[in-house]
Order: sequence, then C-alpha cells, then structure tokens
Amino acid sequence: MPLQSRHLLGLDGMTRDDLQLILDTAVSFREVLDRPIKKVPPLQGKTVANMFFENSTRTRLSFELAERRLSADVLGFAATGSSVSKGETLKDTARNIEAMKVDMVVMRHSASGAPHYLSRVIEANVINAGDGSHEHPTQALLDMYTIREKLGRLQGLHVCIVGDIAHSRVARSNIFGLITMGARVTVCGPATMIPRDIEKLGVSVCHHIDEVLPSVDVLNVLRIQLERDAGRLFPSIREYHNYYGITRKRLEKAGRTITVLHPGPINRDVEISADVADGEHSVILQQVLNGVAIRMAVLYLLSTQN
Amino acid sequence: MSLLLKHGRLLDPATGRDESLDLVITDGRIDRIGRALPAANMQVVDLTGKVIAPGFLDMHVHLREPGYEHKETIATGCAAAAAGGFTGVCCMPNTNPPLDDESVIRFIQARARVAMDGLVDVFPVGAVTMGRKGEHLAPLAELATAGAVGFSDDGDPVFDAEIMRRALEYSKMFKKPIIQHAQDPSLSKGGVANEGIVATSLGLPVIPRLAEEIMVARDIQLTEYTGGFYHVAHISTAETLETVRRAKAKGLGITCEVTPHHFVLTDEAIKGYDTNFKMNPPLRTRDDVEAMKSGLRDGTIDVIATDHAPHSFDEKEVEFQAAPFGIIGLETAVGLAFSELLGKNVLSLYQIVEKLSTNPRRVLHLPEIKIQEGETANLTIFDPVAEWVVDPATFRSQSRNTPFGGYRLKGKPVGVLNNGQAYWISPS
Repeated sequence: MPLQSRHLLGLDGMTRDDLQLILDTAVSFREVLDRPIKKVPPLQGKTVANMFFENSTRTRLSFELAERRLSADVLGFAATGSSVSKGETLKDTARNIEAMKVDMVVMRHSASGAPHYLSRVIEANVINAGDGSHEHPTQALLDMYTIREKLGRLQGLHVCIVGDIAHSRVARSNIFGLITMGARVTVCGPATMIPRDIEKLGVSVCHHIDEVLPSVDVLNVLRIQLERDAGRLFPSIREYHNYYGITRKRLEKAGRTITVLHPGPINRDVEISADVADGEHSVILQQVLNGVAIRMAVLYLLSTQN
Repeated sequence: MSLLLKHGRLLDPATGRDESLDLVITDGRIDRIGRALPAANMQVVDLTGKVIAPGFLDMHVHLREPGYEHKETIATGCAAAAAGGFTGVCCMPNTNPPLDDESVIRFIQARARVAMDGLVDVFPVGAVTMGRKGEHLAPLAELATAGAVGFSDDGDPVFDAEIMRRALEYSKMFKKPIIQHAQDPSLSKGGVANEGIVATSLGLPVIPRLAEEIMVARDIQLTEYTGGFYHVAHISTAETLETVRRAKAKGLGITCEVTPHHFVLTDEAIKGYDTNFKMNPPLRTRDDVEAMKSGLRDGTIDVIATDHAPHSFDEKEVEFQAAPFGIIGLETAVGLAFSELLGKNVLSLYQIVEKLSTNPRRVLHLPEIKIQEGETANLTIFDPVAEWVVDPATFRSQSRNTPFGGYRLKGKPVGVLNNGQAYWISPS
C-alpha cells in the first residue's frame, strides 16, 4: 500500500493509515541500524538533493545518513556561499538542481509553505525538512516513533508540548500527527507564545506547567530561541526557566512517570535542566537514532511512488 | 458622426431617472434624450437589455508609473480600466518617485491624456508625507492645485498621530480627504495573513485585525477633533466597520471603501500558499465578509474600489512570505460586484451604481455626472445579467496576478464613453 501523496509536505491532513505506514516501515529500517553493515540498496541509482536554506546540523546529517544508508547518491546544498546569496529565486535554484536529474529534494526553508510552492514547480519528490513556523513532519514522525517505542502506543496518551508554540514547526507537526493517531495534546507556554485559535486544532491550552504535569504521559520540550525572543515574548531567561523549565524536582512532584522528548539542540538549564536531559526520563538520544530510521522510511516510501 | 444609443435602460442617481430611452451623443456631449429617436446619419448601437449609467470611478488603483513600468503603465492601466467598465481611476502615490511633488502629478496627467486617447480620467492621489515616510508633510496645497484629488501614503499608514492631525487640518482647507491605509505597523510588522486559525495552522506571521481597528479608531477621534475629511481605504474587519458606523452616526466627515476581494474571499483561500491570495489588508473571515455585505447594504460602506495592484509574474512566483502584497482588480470588479451583490440580493442595481460611480465622486468632492441633454457624456454601459468566465489571458492590464481566473460571473461591462472617446468591450 503506497502513501497517498508523492511528497511529504506536512502531517496536516495526512491519514492515520499513512502515518501508521511510515511508523511501521521505520521499524524495519531501525533494525537495519543495529546491523554490523548498516546499508541497504532500495535507493540505489536515485539521487537526493538536500537543500538547506537555513542552518541545521542534526536534521541535515540525519537525512544525509538516511540517504546513504539507502544507497542513494547525495547532493548537499547550503544557502550560504550559494547562488541564493546572489539573489537567485527559490524556483531557479531548485530547477537548476533538478536539471541535473535529481529524483528527490529534501528542503529546509525559513518561509512557511516554501516546500508546498516547490512541489508545484519541480517534478522531483519534495520532503519538507522544516518550513518556517509551519511544519517539520519528519521530526514529529520520529517523536511519535520514539513515544510508541517507549510506551507501546500513541492512542489515548496525554502529550504536552511546552514552549514557544507560536513559532514552532515541531509543535504544529506533532499536533497534527498526534491528534490523528488518537493522542490527547496539551500545549503549554506563556500566553505570548500560544498562537490565536490554536484550540481549534483540537488541543488544550495551559499556561501553568505544574497544573498539567500530574496528568501527562509525555512531555515534548521545545527549544527557546534565546536571542530572538527574550524581552519580547517573555521577560527573561531566568523567569522562563523558573516558570516553564522542566526540572527533576518538577517531574518528581507530578507523581508519575513522564517521558521527556526534546527536538534539540537543547539549552541546558533553560527549557530543560541538565539532570532531566541526561536522566532516566529523557529519550532525547533515542529520538536522534530513530530520526535516521524515520527518514529512511519516508525516503523509501516516496521513492516507490514514481 | 453622432452616436445613437437605442433601447438602453438609463439609470442615473443624479437625476433619479430609471427608464428605457434613446441617447444621441455628438462630439462627446449628450445631444438628445428621448423615445424612438430617428437614426438618420448616425452610428447606431442597440443596447436592449443593457444599462446606461454614469461613468464608474475606481478610486483605488496602482498604475505603477513612474518607476515600476514592468508591472503596469499608465497606458496599460487605463486600458484595463476601460476594459473593466471604468471611465476614471484614482492612482495611488506609491510610485518612484512618489507623488509628493507637483511635477510627478503633471507627468501622470500628461501620460493619461494620451492613454486610450484620454478616455479614462486619471485622478492622482498625492502623498500625505514626503517620500511616504510619515515624517514631513508633502506640499499638499501645491499638489491639490496641480490636480491631486486626495492624499494618502497608501501601502503604508500615516502612523504618527501628530502628522495625521496636521494632515487632516491642512487638507480640510481645500476639501480633500486623507485616504488612510489603516494599520498600526507595530502590530502588523512582518505579518502576511489574518491572525486566526488559518494563519496558526499554516505557521504564517500575522496581521491582526486589531492593527486596522486601532488605527481607524484613533483616526476617527482625530477627524472629530479637526473636522477634517477621512476616508478608510480597503476596510476589512467587522469591528472597523462598526467603528465607522458609529462615527457616521455622529455626522463626522468619514467615508470608507471595500474591495471586491474583501467581500468575496476569506483567509481559507490562502491554505495552498497561493500568492495571488496575498494582499494587504489580508483576507479575513466569513464573519468579516458578511459584515462587509451588511455595511454595503446599510450604506456604512460608501464605495467599491479595487486596490488594483499589479505585480509581474516572477514577483509573485515565489514563497508566500516573500511575495509582494496585492492583486489586480480593474477587469473583474464589475463582474464580481454584480455576481455577489446583485445576484445575492445584497444591493440593488441602483445601489451598485452609486457605490461605483456616484459615491466615489462625492467622497472626493468631484463634480457629479448627470445624464442629461447638454452634459458631457461620461457613461458606463453594462449588462447586469450576461454570464462570462474570467480569463486573465484576455486582460488589458500588463499583469495577471488575479485569484479570480476561471470564475464564472454574472454581470459584465459592455462599453465606456468619456471625453469624446468610446470603447466597446463586447461587440454589439
């Protein structure tokens, strides 16, 4: 059974069957990663271009590794030092890369909707590796994979996403995916970081983390953009840490076992304290490993669509 | 040779006339009005089933010249106006150089005289402030003397309350309105979409409705204080409308306009990130669209204007956030107005003619057009029930950035007459 779309632009509108298919396919690729020879042939002869118009280390490396593990030929592209800095449009850049006979494009871009636009102007399969404040579908898929791996299910779990929901593509993709998979989602953060009408997406809104923790199974802690937001969206780092920072003390007070995720990179002792990030609640490094498997699954499933 | 318009329904708010009559036009003047006039030695046009109205005026148009001739020129913009059923347009001052000097006004007038052989009246709107920067008043008296019919920093608001106050006081002396693109930039900065569920799920930066509402509320107080003339450009929210409604009830010199896209489309349309749905103010919600219609019906909204904003194909062929704001409107406005307003019983034919012709002239204190013997023939002829499909490839505008391609509309301009020239849109 193939996916319904030949692109992965976001989890908004994706069916439960498709999400399930990606998560299940990732299980077998996850197994590949434990083998002594971690390479399989499905994308042999295919070329994948990684177009990163925004800085990224782990997502870019994770995609690149997934592509190589599937035996694809890989083209790397970073906005700095490219023709983009000379004023070339996204369309021209993408079409030029496509002219070199590229089969799939993985794109990270600062503008929401950029991959949707790209999918209309090029022939290759487009995979969204994060667009503006919109979606980061492979991150949410690897988050869901990790939750399922740890807790055995998604249906009926209570997941709380903490942080700057308004500007987070990780939050949006998680909301769309988790709700489709039957989880209950609460978003938590200062009112300045909760976008208008978010509850219409089917989530609960909470401004006091300690009120929600006693009913939470999973916490997904978002990175705070220190440089950008301090002073505008919240008064200070100290205040944010005191009111929303996830500390061991806070988790223990909740009186239940809570699994903690973070998409990285973490600001230690800002949104998450070191003893949580490195402790038994955390599945942060499993997320990173599972990310490779999820991306292998997505690349593989889309490559069979043409 | 004289022109005989036969069997048209003559609809003239100025004289209150609404009946089927023949019209003879000689040398651009209305020679005779009557029944069954003889056709000897005349060019005859049969207008059975068509309506003859005073010429339509679109008081919010970006002609782009000087400075942005790759988007539109005065010639192509005037052609688009005629093709859309307008005998007059007001051109906005965000050109390069901007309309903050009388020499630019004179340049536009000179170009307009030769465009379509002068068929379309081009009424320049001068800048409120130098360079549209919101800091120093432009030479409003000189601009008015040269022919500016109003003042605006359109594209940007006049943000500084003191400057707005002075502009209202100063322009009041020669009865010209300040046309405000009402939007508090500290609230709208960087935004591209209406704040609400659609922008939230698309992850787009927002232009909250509040940005418009706060600015209009402030400006209305300034208008009350100064006794000036204030016109809200492209009103877009239900609350702004309510604020204007209350101000009008007080008898203040406040007027406003709405664009067809703000009474037809909602922000749901941006879900595919199509840049032809990106405009400023952004598309709002269904409630706002309904409010616009009720505002048109009860007269709170005086004018239908297009905010015709041409952009080249490549400028719009980018990511949503990177695209410029605006869509073209001259060649779809009449069809949309009749389809959405007459067709859905929001306005009568008579009221639509008022919003497209009588009221914009009243807002700008321009002389009224009268359809009577001895008057200049400034006429728009339309078929209120003709059905057609919008095909941007046939547009006279230089640009094609419309979201209405493929729309099936009911109501269509047929021809325009003005300044001794005639332009027939569909052969008859």
